[in-house]
Amino acid sequence: MTSELDIFVGNTTLIDEDVYRLWLDGYSVGDAVALRVRSGILEQTGATAAVLQSDTMDHYRTFHMLERLLHAPPKLLHQLIYQIPPSRQALLIERYYAFDEAFVREVLGKKLSKGTKKDLDDISTKTGITLKSCRRQFDNFKRVFKVVEEMRGSLVDNVQQHFLLSDRLARDYAAIVFFANNRFETGKKKLQYLSFGDFAFCAELMIQNWTLGAVDSQVDDMDMDLDKEFLQDLKELKVLVADKDLLDLHKSLVCTALRGKLGVFSEMEANFKVCGLIQLLSLGPLQPPVHCPTGQLCSCPGLTSRWRCCPPFARLTGGSLLLNTGELFN
Amino acid sequence: MPGKLKVKIVAGRHLPVMDRASDLTDAFVEVKFGNTTFKTDVYPKSLNPQWNSEWFKFEVDDEDLQDEPLQITVLDHDTYSANDAIGKVYIDIDPLLYSEAATVISGWFPIYDTIHGIRGEINVVVKVDLFNDLNRFRQSSCGVKFFCTTSIPKCYRAVIIHGFVEELVVNEDPEYQWIDRIRTPRASNEARQRLISLMSGELQRKIGLKVLEMRGNAVVGYLQCFDLEGESGLVVRAIGTACTLDKLSSPAAFLPACNSPSKEMKEIPFNEDPNPNTHSSGPSTPLKNQTYSFSPSKSYSRQSSSSDTDLSLTPKTGMGSGSAGKEGGPFKALLRQQTQSALEQREFPFFTLTAFPPGFLVHVGGVVSARSVKLLDRIHNPDEPETRDAWWAEIRQEIKSHAKALGCHAVVGYSESTSICEEVCILSASGTAAVLNPRFLQDGTVEGCLEQRLEENLPAGCGFCHIPYDELNMPFPAHLTYCYNCRKQKVPDVLFTTIDLPTDATVIGKGCLIQARLCRLKKKAQAEANATAISNLLPFMEYEVHTQLMNKLKLKGMNALFGLRIQITVGENMLMGLASATGVYLAALPTPGGIQIAGKTPNDGSYEQHISHMQKKINDTIAKNKELYEINPPEISEEIIGSPIPEPRQRSRLLRSQSESSDEVTELDLSHGKKDAFVLEIDDTDAMEDVHSLLTDVPPPSGFYSCNTEIMPGINNWTSEIQMFTSVRVIRLSSLNLTNHALNKNFNDLCENLLKSLYFKLRSMIPCCLCHVNFTVSLPEDELIQVTVTAVAITFDKNQALQTTKAHVEKSLQRASTDNEELLQFPLELCSDSLPSHPFPPAKATSVDYSSFADRCSSWIELIKLKAQTIRRGSIKTTVTVEKTSPMGEGNFRNRSAAPCANSTVGVVKMTPLSFIPGAKITKYLGIINMFFIRETTSLREEGGVSGFLHAFIAEVFAMVRAHVAALGGNAVVSYIMKQCVFMENPNKNQAQCLINVSGDAVVFARESELEVVSTQQPAANCQPACTGGEVTT
Repeated sequence: MTSELDIFVGNTTLIDEDVYRLWLDGYSVGDAVALRVRSGILEQTGATAAVLQSDTMDHYRTFHMLERLLHAPPKLLHQLIYQIPPSRQALLIERYYAFDEAFVREVLGKKLSKGTKKDLDDISTKTGITLKSCRRQFDNFKRVFKVVEEMRGSLVDNVQQHFLLSDRLARDYAAIVFFANNRFETGKKKLQYLSFGDFAFCAELMIQNWTLGAVDSQVDDMDMDLDKEFLQDLKELKVLVADKDLLDLHKSLVCTALRGKLGVFSEMEANFKVCGLIQLLSLGPLQPPVHCPTGQLCSCPGLTSRWRCCPPFARLTGGSLLLNTGELFN
Repeated sequence: MPGKLKVKIVAGRHLPVMDRASDLTDAFVEVKFGNTTFKTDVYPKSLNPQWNSEWFKFEVDDEDLQDEPLQITVLDHDTYSANDAIGKVYIDIDPLLYSEAATVISGWFPIYDTIHGIRGEINVVVKVDLFNDLNRFRQSSCGVKFFCTTSIPKCYRAVIIHGFVEELVVNEDPEYQWIDRIRTPRASNEARQRLISLMSGELQRKIGLKVLEMRGNAVVGYLQCFDLEGESGLVVRAIGTACTLDKLSSPAAFLPACNSPSKEMKEIPFNEDPNPNTHSSGPSTPLKNQTYSFSPSKSYSRQSSSSDTDLSLTPKTGMGSGSAGKEGGPFKALLRQQTQSALEQREFPFFTLTAFPPGFLVHVGGVVSARSVKLLDRIHNPDEPETRDAWWAEIRQEIKSHAKALGCHAVVGYSESTSICEEVCILSASGTAAVLNPRFLQDGTVEGCLEQRLEENLPAGCGFCHIPYDELNMPFPAHLTYCYNCRKQKVPDVLFTTIDLPTDATVIGKGCLIQARLCRLKKKAQAEANATAISNLLPFMEYEVHTQLMNKLKLKGMNALFGLRIQITVGENMLMGLASATGVYLAALPTPGGIQIAGKTPNDGSYEQHISHMQKKINDTIAKNKELYEINPPEISEEIIGSPIPEPRQRSRLLRSQSESSDEVTELDLSHGKKDAFVLEIDDTDAMEDVHSLLTDVPPPSGFYSCNTEIMPGINNWTSEIQMFTSVRVIRLSSLNLTNHALNKNFNDLCENLLKSLYFKLRSMIPCCLCHVNFTVSLPEDELIQVTVTAVAITFDKNQALQTTKAHVEKSLQRASTDNEELLQFPLELCSDSLPSHPFPPAKATSVDYSSFADRCSSWIELIKLKAQTIRRGSIKTTVTVEKTSPMGEGNFRNRSAAPCANSTVGVVKMTPLSFIPGAKITKYLGIINMFFIRETTSLREEGGVSGFLHAFIAEVFAMVRAHVAALGGNAVVSYIMKQCVFMENPNKNQAQCLINVSGDAVVFARESELEVVSTQQPAANCQPACTGGEVTT
């Protein structure tokens, strides 16, 4: 007796979150069943392995059919074939577009091309993420990139609108797109210790302050491209990286100016380099004080308030980001 | 009378890419009705075209409006080659033809292609202007409303229930026409879809005409089926129950849905039932009852032949008269005669309903069924489908005479089905023989209400169980006892029915799904020989199916089956039988005895040991089941009950009987302490295996219940979450081990595993109940078995459930002792005011007595005939009672729900096989949904194999049903049923084809919470009214 056909179709499409995760992680049906067995589900429910196998197959089939729609999330909302409650739809999309930290670090800043895709099996071996999952994540990056590449307006908003992602995930995708577009190489040895979160933070500030979109929202271009002139100017900042004396001078001047004005002064002082980066990223091309690295930095309008409202401040402690950011522009 | 159909094509979205070069589509739309076609402009280069067309107007007469579907075809314009079809939408405009249903169809419809499935959506607006005013319009067949629901629809009231309507139309199947050899599969599929759509339209129109002739205005329990007879053609047939329905709309209408409209008195549910108890029947006034005028029914019977002609089994006066003289006095005889005469006017006194207005069902006799094996031949003249008509007429006569034999004049819960394999066809019909209250069957004056009140003092919840046949003249041997509830009437030991549990029935504990599964190998044969072989096998299959059902029922510690549906499927080399029913413990029936195992070969030590081991296991299982289903009837000593009735005759004089185990009785050690028990005799390995298989049925995991009736007996606090689903499994048998035994095991495993999978899948809904579990078996090929299940999972509140049952039992206990006195005393005041605030909660007024009174070794018979069978069990005599508060509450509730409520859940369309939606009130019926789809593929592997293909197709069918309902302005489909799912594959050619036919009623519902404002005036007594389908309230 062999089962030729075995399906279950609900008026409301059943989504099992655990199986969805296994599917997203790229496990085969067999592996997924084994993993589920190991999770002790059989004991909890009194089901048999055959039931589990059939259930897993069924879910996998459903996900496979939904995948086409997940490639264009607004379609998932408007389609009539699968009746899925909105909260579940959001979950499906969010999970589908979620990515692994380890994976994104490998491809961040790389061109999202066929060539890179060919290297995915290496990445898979290196990170221990299944090739299937790597492909999905890579394709997601590429798809989002393609859709928002030529769009005007806020990068985050565009991602959010076309892929219906949460704010958090949309920001991450904006960062990925930004890095991919500008080909910032993040794979360098010196940058290895930085997490995706660190880069995403940088990207956000850069998008906010350094891009053409930030300069003038009316401009025909968008959030992805940096202002060329500004980049030229930025090179002057290298002096801070190269010359230790100048850096110390800069530090003392800034500290003098800020002493007593800042609640987090001691931390700032201890992590000056990092804070310097934050300042740097916070500043836009139109704000001249950057061009003059000695002394006047502190007089930059809004500095203190920015400082205070930088939540990732603590996260960056201990890093010499500034130095390494310089690395990006070499 | 003509009308004007107006159609506007608004827009499309998500269209497929038809032009590879541009990745876009140049779409336009053809709108066709009858022979007229309109086209929109081409909307170039877009996957989301905005046509925004003018109104296309079709001037047509109403016959076409009813028959023809509106056909919308979306095409891709191609300058140089032929335009490519993207897909089609068929819209049944029937719902626009009744005054109270939808007024406009407007919405997004999936564009469907039989090869590619759904390809985008199209927004369409459809309206119908009828030229005549409402009244004149309703004289035509167009005005007749159709409902799939097998009870009186929730926002209507039955004024009269006229009776059975049936019709069938035949045609050649386009798939088998010569032209099919040269046309594309798509063209062939579309021709078929269109033809079936036309045929169902025609069928509905014809049935409508019959209903109008009977002066009805609606068909309830409408069931339409297709027989794909292959070479010999395509038959579309339908049965239903004609009714005159009144919409409950005015807030003043406080009447229970069941009552006739004329006077206030009608608030009291009728209680025609004669009181057969000699104490109280004295005052009943037979004379008054004579005033019922039973006008001979009109010309609707298609043949003028009186039904008496074929009642060979019964004396003309019916069995009732004999018994009436004995136990009930003249009144009963009179009533019987009257009812009978009312019904005998009809050719077939059949009702497709499974739930009834209170008071309608008086007694239930048991299941009657008939089967017939026919050889298909080409239908030569489709306009005169005489053979098919004659076949069904024959079967219906059979059913009718079986019902007569049970002392019943009507058949309720009636249904018909076929199973076709090559040129052999098994026609089956089954129903429940019953005695009905004539009041609902007549145009109606309601007289004698006052007098009737005198009789209304009979206990509720047991009346329908009382036997309708004469005790001395029983059609088959059965063991009768006095009713454990009222102690005045006789009841059978076990009761089988095809209907839902009546609302007023007193049930102890919960019910459960009981299935009997059976396979029989058959030699491959041709034509006559094949038909004969099948005919010979059928009686044995039925017998075994019943044995299994009975064993499993006993094993569950229950004594009645509701919703019994036996399906016999014929295949090339085997027959399959699958019976599903919901077992319950009826308080009125005696406690079932245990199952005893008897070995055939004594003096063998180990064997004896084995037997006793088995016996122990069985006893344990029974005990466990009793606990599981909360069956704990209070033990009442036999003195209270009075002396047991003398042994009834074992053999009826009319029928042959087979009494299987009675010979063994004497040698048994009856460990249950009961007088008798059901005996299983183990005389060979097969029997041993049978016993084993009894024990292998695993109960559902805790928190799960299942039943195949509308609602689960014993659960009445549904919460609003529902999940309807269809699950299909096909297994391939290895041809090596094809023995009956291996087959049975495979089939049993298939069903059990399927159920287990369902429980697992739906585990997040616990505590929940699978309701209306509907299994369908088909044998698409030699070694393939296909099982299709459709059901709905409904969540319920566990805590409340427990309290209710407890309270219920306590109450019944308490009342049991005082019962007799009360009965004599308080009928008058009880009946005269049926206020909703009545101090007695409805179902409680019943007295319940239980006893350990033993169950008799149940030897039950089969009436074996070559081509047909009767099966029945038990019987009834209803005495409807003090129940009036209950319907009252319902009436009020219905009323409140009439307040129009905004459709809060836009977009979501619920689907359920039940006639109601838990936690919500249906405020409007929008019309019947009846859709037929074909899907075919030549790239099976690419679509994910057979599973992927069918999964996608069923999802698409659901989507199309939902879209049509939403376009009608509805938010749910009730009484949804997948009537056919024919799946054929040819993996070698990478091809598969599937046909699906679904139907249901599109409705608008409003959540009860939204209605709460209105409902605050109502006391708690009617707090569970959503379950009017048959739940005992508190």
